[in-house]
Amino acid sequence: MCDQTFLVNVFGSCDKCFKQRALRPVFIRSQQLSYCSVCAALMAAEGLHENETLASLKSEAESLKSKLEEERAKLHDVELHQVAERVEALGQFVMKTRRTLKGHGNKVLCMDWCKDKRRIVSSSQDGKVIVWDSFTTNKEHAVTMPCTWVMACAYAPSGCAIACGGLDNKCSVYPLTFDKNENMAAKKKSVAMHTNYLSACSFTNSDMQILTASGDGTCALWDVESGQLLQSFHGHGADVLCLDLAPSETGNTFVSGGCDKKAMVWDMRSGQCIQSFETHESDINSVRYYPSGDAFASGSDDATCRLYDLRADREVAIYSKESIIFGASSVDFSLSGRLLFAGYNDYTINVWDVLKGSRVSILFGHENRVSTLRVSPDGTAFCSGSWDHTLRVWA
Amino acid sequence: MAVGLDQIEKMPAVHVEDLSEKDKLKMEVAQLRKEAKLQRQQVSKCSEEIKKYIEARCGEDPLVKGIPEDKNPYKEKAGCTIS
Repeated sequence: MCDQTFLVNVFGSCDKCFKQRALRPVFIRSQQLSYCSVCAALMAAEGLHENETLASLKSEAESLKSKLEEERAKLHDVELHQVAERVEALGQFVMKTRRTLKGHGNKVLCMDWCKDKRRIVSSSQDGKVIVWDSFTTNKEHAVTMPCTWVMACAYAPSGCAIACGGLDNKCSVYPLTFDKNENMAAKKKSVAMHTNYLSACSFTNSDMQILTASGDGTCALWDVESGQLLQSFHGHGADVLCLDLAPSETGNTFVSGGCDKKAMVWDMRSGQCIQSFETHESDINSVRYYPSGDAFASGSDDATCRLYDLRADREVAIYSKESIIFGASSVDFSLSGRLLFAGYNDYTINVWDVLKGSRVSILFGHENRVSTLRVSPDGTAFCSGSWDHTLRVWA
Repeated sequence: MAVGLDQIEKMPAVHVEDLSEKDKLKMEVAQLRKEAKLQRQQVSKCSEEIKKYIEARCGEDPLVKGIPEDKNPYKEKAGCTIS
């Protein structure tokens, strides 16, 4: 298990705004003070703008934005699908539902695979979180949350715990036990506390830390054992709906997507936003890193999925069709990154050829919106969850 | 200072509306200046790398090449016959 130590922030009263927050050291005229992350960011910004007026700031923002556009455009010498013209086309796909997991009493909102490639955790509007064995379709664990709309759930890397949350504004961790006499709910540990709904959560490389995204516009990194806030990420202008951690080889970053139509890439250690992308025309419901970590895909209410390359710092492909007018709720890549699976609000799953930009297959089966979709850890299957109360495993 | 288990640490409520227009713009300009300094690569180079990455792994991608029925853990459960 990876031992990542992050700078543990002191928690106390900010020297500037006096609110009780996680603090970091700042230096003003050689004096060390403790500021919260917001005051620290404002101070950094202030240092650059002594006597700026609102108007001059606005014009600087505009000119920087057009400069960024220009710089990005200069490097846009070709389209991804042009580079892929000579790549062999994919054959016919025969993917069908192999298992249907029934048991939720209401809309399935989220699901995640266990690293053992067979167990699945799912959460629902009815407040229930269920752990399934996808091979046998047996339910192995079930817990009822004190709230409805459990919008996020995640499996711990060890397979020994799950995390979930939603309208309770929290992220809670439940250890999984096979002792029939133990009540799962009794061992519940509240880890994260936001000021609005929890929209997404993910363990980092170990069971010790959890990353959360919330309707309060922030993302946060928490220590599971103590519940302490390790780092907070501010920058989205509206609800954050999704997040995904970079594959471990690529280092400590993650991407988030929100209702402000932006996808933002963050440095987990510093809390800083490294890059941001704003080409979608509506809420971004899902973001997923490409297997190499050099790119990520997004699915949006604007009915498109897009691929953003991090080294080129721009969108490099758009997956859309005139006939697709409903939002994409969830996206994931196949093992090699050749296929992009996307679940839509029109009840279908579209399979896209990532390189050529064309749709290779459309899968029917769900009887309501597809709300969540993940490919299994070894790439042999993928699972979709829907408002029709079921989950389907496709292979 | 460790936070006791009974004091669940609250996420600082930084609602963007709480900041003044000027403060928001200052943060935005500071962020844009950082982003403007980013080293970028040609799309052709990056796309070439994505293509190579995929081509190297495509052959081993179960969902792309398909899995023979007998090796698929999700194959339809066959009926049993008792003889």
